[in-house]
Amino acid sequence: MNAPLRRVGVVVMVLFGLLFANLNWQQVYKSDDYRTDDTHNHIRVQAQEYERARGQVVVDGSPVAKSVETTDTLKYLRQYPGGAAYAHVVGYKSVDFGATLVERMENDFLAGTADSFLDDRIAEMFTGKESPGGNTLLTLKKGVQETAYKELRDNQIGADRGAVVALDATTGALLAATSTPSFDPNKLTIHDSGAVREQINKLEKDPDKPLLNRAFSEIFPPGSTFKVVVAAAALENGVKPDTVLKGGSGYQAPDTQQVIRNAPGVVCPENITLKQALTVSCNTAFSRYGVEQLGADKLKEAAKSFGFEEQTTFTRDEKNTMNVAISETGKMEGPDGNVDRPALAQSCIGQRDVKMSPLQGALIAAAIANGGDQMRPYIIDTLQADARAVYHAQPSVLRKPINGDVAAQLRDMMTNVVENGTGRNARIDGVQVGGKTGTAQNGDAPDHGWFIGFAIKDGKKIAVAVLLQNAGSGGSAEATRIAGEVLKAALK
Amino acid sequence: MTAPAVPMPTPVVTTGSVRRPRTRRNVELALLIFAMIVVALYSASVEAGMIQKVTPDFWVPIGATFVIFLGMHFAIRWLAPYADPVLLPAVALINGLGVAFLRRLDLGAAAAAERADLSPFTGDSVRQLFWTAAAVVGAVVLLFLMRDHKSLSRYAYTLGLVGIVLVLIPAVLPARFSAINGAKLWIKVGPEDDPFFSIQPGEFAKICLLSFFAYYLVRKREVLSLAAKRIAGIDFPRARDLGPVLVVWLVSLMVLIFEKDLGTSLLYFGMFVVTLYIATERVSWLIIGLLLFFGGAISAYFLGASIGGPFANFYDRANIWLDPFATADTTGYQLVQSLLGLGTGGMFGVGPGAGLPYLEDYDQYVLPAVHNDFVFAGLGEEIGLFGLTALLAVYLLIVERGLRAAITVRDSFGKLLTGGLSFTLGLQVFVIIGGISQLIPLTGQTTPFLSAGGSSLMANWLLVAVLLRVSDAGRTPVTLGSGGGGVVAPPQKLAEIPTEVVR
Repeated sequence: MNAPLRRVGVVVMVLFGLLFANLNWQQVYKSDDYRTDDTHNHIRVQAQEYERARGQVVVDGSPVAKSVETTDTLKYLRQYPGGAAYAHVVGYKSVDFGATLVERMENDFLAGTADSFLDDRIAEMFTGKESPGGNTLLTLKKGVQETAYKELRDNQIGADRGAVVALDATTGALLAATSTPSFDPNKLTIHDSGAVREQINKLEKDPDKPLLNRAFSEIFPPGSTFKVVVAAAALENGVKPDTVLKGGSGYQAPDTQQVIRNAPGVVCPENITLKQALTVSCNTAFSRYGVEQLGADKLKEAAKSFGFEEQTTFTRDEKNTMNVAISETGKMEGPDGNVDRPALAQSCIGQRDVKMSPLQGALIAAAIANGGDQMRPYIIDTLQADARAVYHAQPSVLRKPINGDVAAQLRDMMTNVVENGTGRNARIDGVQVGGKTGTAQNGDAPDHGWFIGFAIKDGKKIAVAVLLQNAGSGGSAEATRIAGEVLKAALK
Repeated sequence: MTAPAVPMPTPVVTTGSVRRPRTRRNVELALLIFAMIVVALYSASVEAGMIQKVTPDFWVPIGATFVIFLGMHFAIRWLAPYADPVLLPAVALINGLGVAFLRRLDLGAAAAAERADLSPFTGDSVRQLFWTAAAVVGAVVLLFLMRDHKSLSRYAYTLGLVGIVLVLIPAVLPARFSAINGAKLWIKVGPEDDPFFSIQPGEFAKICLLSFFAYYLVRKREVLSLAAKRIAGIDFPRARDLGPVLVVWLVSLMVLIFEKDLGTSLLYFGMFVVTLYIATERVSWLIIGLLLFFGGAISAYFLGASIGGPFANFYDRANIWLDPFATADTTGYQLVQSLLGLGTGGMFGVGPGAGLPYLEDYDQYVLPAVHNDFVFAGLGEEIGLFGLTALLAVYLLIVERGLRAAITVRDSFGKLLTGGLSFTLGLQVFVIIGGISQLIPLTGQTTPFLSAGGSSLMANWLLVAVLLRVSDAGRTPVTLGSGGGGVVAPPQKLAEIPTEVVR
């Protein structure tokens, strides 16, 4: 019986050999698949992610997002010392509900899994220490951002919703972006998923939609701020600032009974220069000019050259993680394919189907302030791994909507708006401030108040856009005042 | 086949020498201490991994197991002085790791802040410690009562009957007294969901049935070796001799169908076929056995697919095995989590105490049944392929030492009994570890000496007692007979003394 006993010994070895071979398959060959399987192995993938301190998001040298150590299974807790003021730029990194905005856009870098960390990971294999993820330095300015949030939240006409965007026109660096009402991102990063789910549900049910990013991701009728685009198209097509246009108290476009009138209090004579029409915001002159001389194609072309109908993305954000909405000029053709002239007339004063995001408004102002060169907007200034910069932003020209002469003429006209026209609330002593107000109707709801503009001082060029959603009467005046405060903060 | 003189693990008396053969008990003690040091190091690194420091009382559970095994060691000195010196340390290593891993799970289930102060006398680890003590006492009692393993053959029929009854009780009992996770392998006492007490009678049935098989086959081996036809160089038995194989095959199929458990079924049948093969030296029995088993399993699969009913459970399990990720959230969950744990561990593991079998924040086990069926997956996440391979090597060592005892012992009954038990132990390890690593369909077997649970520990320690007893018999120098201590004789000659068996 000894021979079969020995053979049984061999059989057992073969069986164990099969176990060994199969464990090799599962633990070596398939190891990476299993380890990183976020669908099925989510808990471990997540725990792995929280093994490492996530990098900070820094504004002006102080963190607006940081990770602190805890005793939970997930070793670190994400905190936002900047709170609600920065929520619509920094976003949040929750445990079970994903990440948004900068937290999402630079996730690989903050988490320390980006390719630039390869050296660190190799070093870790020897030292056994988990080195933290990289720090992300934003272009935001603390003073500008906090002024923008505070002035917007505490606006003097009680508008609950609104947005501010401020850019450095010479580079495209984002100086401030805020949207109200905002939310406290600290409540969305705690490790109790049930409480976070509840909080998210609450925010989603809020009629004011605090999670909506009105600065980048929403588009609104721009009202009279759109006249800047029409004026740019006119100047590009040979009209001069002092060319006399036909204005008057009302304009009835062909094919319609509807009469476009000026806003109450606007004095617009029959004959008015382009500059004066912009200064007093004369609807009839712009509508008539658009329908009778400019035409829909040229208007659309001008709007497109400023960025309408195109997906604008921030530098380093090819996938549009920052969720920038596309601004639209809308349809201006009738069913027969010909120009719908009543629609064109309304579009020329930023109504009908024209819709613009506050970011787009700021980009228009920035192009004008910067001599016609619209710089690509960016949020990430520097990426630091172990205090060494692995990325530093290089400004680049995104579009050239107008030439330098037209830009100079528009600057002059818009400065006149602030000094002598509807934009007086934005005046700053000793600074050239230009802009355009807007009051946009939207159905039966109260009007939106708008201001887009710029300030130029000692080579510094700041562009700004302010929206007060459904602010009603006085909205544009308050938006203009807030813009002035933001510009003042930016020039400090 | 004529075997040459059996190589002994230790040189026994050679010609002309008057030296008394060494018992090797001191080797056993040294190996045991080494095994316990390994377990203690593991426990220390568990605490370092989980509470960032090693508490002063980290050694308490290990110290307790050491005391138990030390008792066993002295019992062996007294009762089986010539027993194989590797068996106890190898088993102690695995059993000790089992206790330490359960301690690790206890720590994991406690709140992070309370871990450092968690008493070593709570939870599953201490229960396992008590079971270990009870099992070792059981093994010592068996060694004491059974001074000669051949005495077992006197109770062969009784044991055979007891074995059958133990196998069939859970099948006959209503599911609420016998089913855990779908497999009817238990006898439960107390509330259905949280039984006060539950035993797996099948664990004990192994030894009982093997005693009977060994006895039966020793008596019938001549008949069963008779060849009827020679096909492709292999002698096939006569049709009328197939009876017993078919009976065991049918019983195994009934286990598969009524106890809904492929593993147990495979275990009994494999145990019988291999004993049959050892007894008759006919490869044809292995071939017939394999054909019958796979035929049965494949038929059960297709019957499960077409008519369902009692075959449905097996069909479902086979499908989970084929593609666990297809049902990752429902029926495939356990296997998927097991694979993810193993894969996350990778080659070196995430380190003792650093795995995630349990999530404190959610108060739930990520890896279900990590205390028993999936203990190997839980360990695999933390000690990696290297650690698991070492563990497999220790299991293999136990099995091979068992087979070696079978080779060295002189009587046929002892050979069959020991060979069968050793193989069964190896097969059980294969079935459960193959199951949790997707090599074969998953079935609810315990991992010998490692899983939490009294039945399994008790039965496997009794098995070890038998191995120790037989190895002692094989290695004890023979003082009778001519030649003055000529121990080693051609084994087949010794095996041809059937009268010794039934005496």
